[in-house]
Amino acid sequence: MPRTTPFHSRTSALMESMAWKEWAGYAAACNFDAHSEREYFAIRQSAGLLDVTPLYKYDVTGPDAASFLSRVWTRDITKLKPGRVVYGCMCDGDGKVLDDGTITYLGEDAFRVTSSEPWLGWYSRHSRGMDVEIEDSTDRISALALQGPCSRDILRELTDCDLDSMRFFGTAAGKIAGADGRITRTGYTGDLGYELWMHNADAERVYDALLEAGKPYNMEPIGLDALDVSRIEAGFVLQGIDYICAQRCLIEARKSTPEEAGLGWTVNLDREGWIGRDALLREREVGPKWGLVGLELDWAELEELYDQYNLPPHLAPVACRSAVPVYSSGRSQVGQVTSSTWSPTLKKYLALGQVYAQHAKVGTKLKVEYTVEFERRTVTATVVKRPFFDPERKTFTPNAQPKEGA
Amino acid sequence: MAALGSSQNPYDAIVVGGGHNGLTAAAYLARAGKKVLVLERRHLVGGAAVTEEKYPGFKYSVCSYVVSLLRPWIIRDLNLTQHGLRLVPLECSYTPQPDDAGLCRWADPDKNRREIQRLSRKDADNYPEFGKLMGKLARFAKPFIDEVAPDPTSLSPSDLWQLKKAGDRFKELGDDLAALQFKLTTMGGVDFLREFFESDQLIAPMSCSGIIGTMLGVNSPGTAYVLLHHYMGEIDGSSRAWGFPIGGTGAVSEAIASSARSFGAEIRCEAPIAKVRIAHGEATGVILENGDEIASRTVVSGCDPSLTFLRFVGEEHLPTDFATSLKRYKDRGSSGKVNLALDRFPEFKHRPGIGPHVMGDVAIAPSTDYLETAYDEAKYGTFSSRPFINVVFPSVLDPGMAPPGKHVMSCFVQYAPYDIATGPETWPEHREAFGDAVVDTLAEYMPTLKEDILHRQVLSPWDIQEEIGITEGNIFHGELGLEQLLFQRPTAGWARYKTPVRGLWLGSSGAHPGGGIMGSPGAMAVQEMLRLGAV
Ligand SMILES: Cc1cc2nc3c(=O)[nH]c(=O)nc-3n(C[C@H](O)[C@H](O)[C@H](O)COP(=O)(O)OP(=O)(O)OC[C@H]3O[C@@H](n4cnc5c(N)ncnc54)[C@H](O)[C@@H]3O)c2cc1C
Repeated sequence: MPRTTPFHSRTSALMESMAWKEWAGYAAACNFDAHSEREYFAIRQSAGLLDVTPLYKYDVTGPDAASFLSRVWTRDITKLKPGRVVYGCMCDGDGKVLDDGTITYLGEDAFRVTSSEPWLGWYSRHSRGMDVEIEDSTDRISALALQGPCSRDILRELTDCDLDSMRFFGTAAGKIAGADGRITRTGYTGDLGYELWMHNADAERVYDALLEAGKPYNMEPIGLDALDVSRIEAGFVLQGIDYICAQRCLIEARKSTPEEAGLGWTVNLDREGWIGRDALLREREVGPKWGLVGLELDWAELEELYDQYNLPPHLAPVACRSAVPVYSSGRSQVGQVTSSTWSPTLKKYLALGQVYAQHAKVGTKLKVEYTVEFERRTVTATVVKRPFFDPERKTFTPNAQPKEGA
Repeated sequence: MAALGSSQNPYDAIVVGGGHNGLTAAAYLARAGKKVLVLERRHLVGGAAVTEEKYPGFKYSVCSYVVSLLRPWIIRDLNLTQHGLRLVPLECSYTPQPDDAGLCRWADPDKNRREIQRLSRKDADNYPEFGKLMGKLARFAKPFIDEVAPDPTSLSPSDLWQLKKAGDRFKELGDDLAALQFKLTTMGGVDFLREFFESDQLIAPMSCSGIIGTMLGVNSPGTAYVLLHHYMGEIDGSSRAWGFPIGGTGAVSEAIASSARSFGAEIRCEAPIAKVRIAHGEATGVILENGDEIASRTVVSGCDPSLTFLRFVGEEHLPTDFATSLKRYKDRGSSGKVNLALDRFPEFKHRPGIGPHVMGDVAIAPSTDYLETAYDEAKYGTFSSRPFINVVFPSVLDPGMAPPGKHVMSCFVQYAPYDIATGPETWPEHREAFGDAVVDTLAEYMPTLKEDILHRQVLSPWDIQEEIGITEGNIFHGELGLEQLLFQRPTAGWARYKTPVRGLWLGSSGAHPGGGIMGSPGAMAVQEMLRLGAV
């Protein structure tokens, strides 16, 4: 039975669709209206407001906090500067990915770590003998994602944090609608956006203030369906869908190394002393078996395929998460698509998937299974660079370099 | 006078007019490696698809305001999304009534059904059925709009093949649908809709798509066919009605222009042409209004047929029968446009708030009698005192169109006959009275509207002619009547972009498949030029 988040009184009042689903034990909104289209476009054209409280959150403090995190995560947290957030992943001893998430600098020897799975057990096991305290703050801290081109303008009115100089993956503590909180310039949409962290007691008041401030910008409350489309456009992998937490896998074949999960860029093998490194050094020698790829399906071919059945192309209004086989031009199966969606912004059919490394080069033509009228067919797909959609505003900062002495 | 574009290395093509079709033609020519120059009369490209900031901070889609027919293959060929094209689907169609909440037609079938049930349970059941039928017919018609028009008088094998394919598709429709198709081409919109529905409140707004851009009423024969165009719109590959371009319709033109430039096309604004230069019956370039001449191997006109042939070419260079039929070509603009900048959102009396009901289009079309009465006035040369108005609030869909909390409102208005009783050139004297009639009409539904108007732009068909450069201000470069469509657009025998003047091609809305922001006349004109090795 899912629980409700501290925003539930507000989100449930706005929701007409009664479309909740379970997310990490909480009831989370899929969409607010009959479909998620308006919410999707809010993310890309104005702003969308999403309750992300169910993310697992751990506040890690103490003299050894940074070195502990640097041991369990692929990132060197001892180098994380004040006012910064970093994205990374976590591996098991075999170098297989457990999870991915963000680590925020809260203060000296204090960090907040997010993840999609609970890790208190893992963290305790790997912090033995270290001077560090790990608090599961999941149920104590409420979180919102405000994403979209107008998010800065909306938030600016509600906070004393200097948003105009906060860079991509920057963070600041400050007032949000009068309440003490923290803002990080992060998100899962590949757009300009922020995540807001606050005490549960302030949740409703912050939500109300955001709804009001968002009105002139046509901000919309959004659910997970709209998020899913935008995260695929942004080329972000989803744990449990595009790769699976190694601890949850029953067989080896389902596990992925960071490289195989598209997270290789978060790994620095030259750095020593972190879990999984030794195994990954060995992988470096032989090369990864799989590659995570972005695929673009050939739309004209898809249209023709439907036309053979005398049908217009039918597009699901939400992203598709059922895996389908991918074939090489030689017709042998070389991998699978794990997420796919029509991109309303790019007007293209996009997919994320894993294929054998030798087929993962940009430009490679593959075939993706596609079912029309209960018949399994294939459509040509081309490996393309991720992110599919990468607007300038995502990283643009109005006052990127504050004047000296200011 | 100075001959620009040296004669040793002239342009392969000059495109006259930087409307979205002219730009599309230029992009396709440049993409094929041709040296192209676009000459646009105004200071900006786009023609009837332009966004202008007429009042500081407020952006108007000056003329056209929604997109539906822009061909998906053109979006792909020209990489338009990479060049910034963003289309947001409209949520619903709202028809307010002066005394009650009126009717919202939603994209969601269940929501829609509940809404229509309030008027008629029978109609609520028939509505999806009707949509399915029209969808099937639109699928039958679609190949026609995506292919060069067949010429039934020709005996060439490819024409016959095309006609045979059409015939086969017609057979596939089955007897019932074929009968329906026949009715569509002969009946008036309202009569046709009455075969399916009983509620006048539902029929009225549905019948409006049959009269857009024509000087016909909702009961006039032939208007049923134009309804079908409404069902041919495609967004995101699936047949869906309408979309709003982020940044206004000017952003569509900008995206096409950017694509054309990326392929190497040259675009020059504030360069009006006076004449197409003709030597020995062949177009050899253009003569600008300032007297400059620019040589080119071919000329593609992105302007309407009347302007192209009767002004730029001149009757003396045209075969008599061609000139005669062009003079009979029906331009007769019948619509105007009012754009408003608003201090706050003008809430509807019976459906307040900024909800999904205003995230689509709003049709002022309370009854079929209302629409017919509006037409009656226009028949005798006055604008409708209570017109049909199609409203969109661009700022609700794209916050960038107005400052935060403020709004822009786009009102497409019919009827405003070009041939007003006192003569078209007297339109400037009637312009503001026409604007008042529009605002007065709207205020009956949005009581606070008048208090909040910061700026108003009124365009009569005369203004559209003078400012945008479309003859008689006809929004589609000539009515989309059956007699001016397909192999008869602009005139029988000349529907394949080729013209009686060698080297001159027509690639504007006045060519097949017609008006609206679709890009196909421009694109298909170039495909035909390339196919025939003309450039
Ligand atoms: C008020 C209004 C509302 C409309 N609403 C919609 C709508 O919502 N949706 C839709 O799909 N369609 C709509 N339309 C129709 C659509 O906008 C037009 O069919 C389409 O934009 C025409 O494009 P075009 O490129 O063929 O020609 P135009 O856009 O007319 O372009 C012709 C160009 O030629 C230029 N020109 C003229 N004379 C010269 C000269 N002497 N030298 C050089 N250049 C010259 C003009 O300045 C202009 O830029 C509307 C039209 C109007 C007028």
